[in-house]
Amino acid sequence: MAGVEVENGRDDMVIDGCENGQQPKPMQNIVAFDGVNVNYLKLYYGKFFPHADMFKWMSYGNDGKHPGCDHSYFGRREFSFTLDNDIYLRFQSFSGLSEFENAIREKCPFKIDIGPVYNVDPAKRHAYAQSGDNVFTPAERELVFDIDISDYDDVRYCCSGADVCLECWPLMTVAIKVIDSALRDDFGFNHILWVYSGRRGVHCWVCDGKARRLNNEQRSAIADYFRVYKGNENSHKKVSLTGQALHPFLVRAYNDVLKTAFEEKLLLSQNLLSHEERYETILRMIPDESLTSELRAKWGDNRRSKDINTVRWQQLKQLLQSGRQKFQGLRRCVEEIVFSFTYPRIDMEVSRHMNHLLKAPFCIHPKTGRVCVPIDPKNCEEFDPLAVPTLSKLLEELNVESPQSRGHNDWDRTSLGDSVRFFQSSFLQPLLKSCKEEIESSYGAKLQESKNSMSW
Amino acid sequence: MEVLRSQRKTAESNDVVSSLPLYRSAPALEVRLEDFELYAIDRLRVLKGISDGLSRGKKPDEMEKLVDNLWRLHMRHPHSSEDRNKDIISHFVLRLVYCRTEELRRWFLSTETSLFRYRFRLQTIESQRTLMSEFNLPYKTVSNSEFENVKEKINQVARSIGQSPSSADSIFYKVPFEEVPDLVASRRVYILKGQAYVAMSQLVSLVVTQFRTLLSKALVLTNRKWTSMIREQEKDRLTPLVESLSSSYLGPDYSQPSDFAEISLKDIDQVAQSSFPLCMRHLFEKLREDHHLKHGGRMQLGLFLKGVGLKLDDALAFWKAEFSRKVGAERFDKEYAYGIRHNYGKEGKRTDYTPYSCQKIISSVPSVGDHHGCPYRHFSEENLRAALGRMGVSNRALEDVIDRVRNKHYQLACTLTFEAVHNTSCDAGINHPNQYFSDSKRILESKNPSNPA
Repeated sequence: MAGVEVENGRDDMVIDGCENGQQPKPMQNIVAFDGVNVNYLKLYYGKFFPHADMFKWMSYGNDGKHPGCDHSYFGRREFSFTLDNDIYLRFQSFSGLSEFENAIREKCPFKIDIGPVYNVDPAKRHAYAQSGDNVFTPAERELVFDIDISDYDDVRYCCSGADVCLECWPLMTVAIKVIDSALRDDFGFNHILWVYSGRRGVHCWVCDGKARRLNNEQRSAIADYFRVYKGNENSHKKVSLTGQALHPFLVRAYNDVLKTAFEEKLLLSQNLLSHEERYETILRMIPDESLTSELRAKWGDNRRSKDINTVRWQQLKQLLQSGRQKFQGLRRCVEEIVFSFTYPRIDMEVSRHMNHLLKAPFCIHPKTGRVCVPIDPKNCEEFDPLAVPTLSKLLEELNVESPQSRGHNDWDRTSLGDSVRFFQSSFLQPLLKSCKEEIESSYGAKLQESKNSMSW
Repeated sequence: MEVLRSQRKTAESNDVVSSLPLYRSAPALEVRLEDFELYAIDRLRVLKGISDGLSRGKKPDEMEKLVDNLWRLHMRHPHSSEDRNKDIISHFVLRLVYCRTEELRRWFLSTETSLFRYRFRLQTIESQRTLMSEFNLPYKTVSNSEFENVKEKINQVARSIGQSPSSADSIFYKVPFEEVPDLVASRRVYILKGQAYVAMSQLVSLVVTQFRTLLSKALVLTNRKWTSMIREQEKDRLTPLVESLSSSYLGPDYSQPSDFAEISLKDIDQVAQSSFPLCMRHLFEKLREDHHLKHGGRMQLGLFLKGVGLKLDDALAFWKAEFSRKVGAERFDKEYAYGIRHNYGKEGKRTDYTPYSCQKIISSVPSVGDHHGCPYRHFSEENLRAALGRMGVSNRALEDVIDRVRNKHYQLACTLTFEAVHNTSCDAGINHPNQYFSDSKRILESKNPSNPA
């Protein structure tokens, strides 16, 4: 954990979304949390928040007219609201879009969390509690992943804790690429939504029917499939790759994503080998004294060249991978270093259990004021967390009357427009299409079954 | 299954196919009341042995050997024809014993599943096939042409888990990945578009999943029958037996602070020094140092302190004093106080949560920034040596402890530490941090009776 405290000198990072000097009229006694203004939030839920799209999503096609639709579906979903003064309302449920929308507008939550779909309406759970155990249980839940950049504090030197900047954000980009491609290619999922968590990380929602119906054990299995990081605060080795070869998934992650991200981005931006304190961290991962002292001798004469990180990395690689290293373990060491500094670190507990709550997309992060916008995994390199619109920016844009306003929706005229359109076209529409097919085919199968059972 | 008081003997069924039953339905057998209890205790010995083995981190082949030995030792009947009946009867008795709470069901489900797994591995190929067919698994084998396409990847997986590449004639099944979660979790299969390529030799995983699912459902049903009928009907005969069986063997769960109830805040530092096991001492020191612990640490230490007798009000004051130095008192009240009240059963579903046992702590998976877990398992040797040194473990004892750790006997390592620190022997071994604590207090008070804690 050495070197985390390095001065970053990045005071220009706006943490508080409402402090860019151009607020409309200041209002008194209504500023809560660290700067998100309740009246602004009211406006946001009134004009921007895509209630209907969220409802469509959470209904998974069950709001249609087809006889196979389960009309209780949306109403069995748990939402939870964090209100002003930190009042926390769990087990909120809504029968339909208007009830959902009205509750949000009225209660004006600072945060909306989404929980599982239960077997019964969560608001009425107490009524079922009397009739024995195991009656109120989660029935469906998206497979979710939560990745926080604060879990990478031992491999980034530019920021720590909840801070992020463009130097360390590539770690999140790597995580998105590695996990997204495995979810699609290995596990065969198609309906995956990546969302900026508003401050220090990303969330992933896997929404295929198959994913929503996974039990806890299966969720754990997928989370474990992604886990290579075994270290904790009290043991050195962070990544341990054993065996003669790597699993094909890890090989692909390494070749397609990690290696390039490490050598072309993080090695340089984090100055991983530029001075002693930092390269010692890496040398400690090499279990051979003679090799590390050889490298130390090479690197000791502090001459400053422009690409010192790259030069030293090449030297390290050459030494470890040269033919004279008989031991598989030492060759594997280069990969272990790259994995340690780049491989995704997911919060396992969030993924393991169906009843874990996760913040809804399009919420406003209460600390930063930024909107939790979707991220396009195909172009995730281009995503800039510092360019994500804040609540006050959106309101400003709304105030600037533009003659060529494109649509009748308020969000359409602001920088939120692209995010909502992306959500609709790349995620929601294909999802609803396949939900419809699934509902129709399972209804058809049921009909067939009942016909068969009559034919005796 | 009919339980009899008399000495009558029953005829066993002769249509046994495999020596490994699936326990689909309770057998139509008559059982003597003595056997009812004796068989169950024998099976419990096996299950307890398995659960100890797992918590010591034994590898699969070591487990296989362990299960084989345990089974031979406890489950053989003097009349070998009775072996199978003893197996089935003891299973159904324990099903009744362990159906009654979520916690009991979880323990029983996971140990019975392990037992089944290793017994299945010990079967002959023929008998494995028979069992497979009893489950009616609908999986297709991978055709030759398809195999050619994925051969390279499959071999890569084989090498990654230290096996030799499969030969051309080996059989693979294509199985939805959801049905082989343990193979997925340990990356022991190649997965493509949701289909796992499972080798014949890995089939045990498939069968085990099926077994687990069946048993899990059955336990819930048994519980319903128990609460609705059996408990009342059998209240003079089986019920007391059943209720004593689960508690007598698993030991106390320390959910209620007992002997040395109520420690007060002013003593807590001194008590932590003298009587906390290393896992709790470490969390305690880190909390004092960083004024913060992540969720896993808060749970492990918080429930332990509850078991030790720290009252809710004191617990809130204790955590607040530390956390407020890092995050401020207001944020503590908002974000953390709930969790502490929750542990004491004052929030949420209002369960009075039990402190974590060694087994649970050893099998936890601490990650970045975490300090919970079992130090003997999760610390690097260097850090462990330093920590033991600070506890005052002498050099010689320290080498013994490290030796146990290398052999993955984490609870034995903790027991040796206990013995070194208290300069006395601890024959029962350490199974629970709260047991470490109460044993320690007992010893210290007997050494120093004039000085109340």
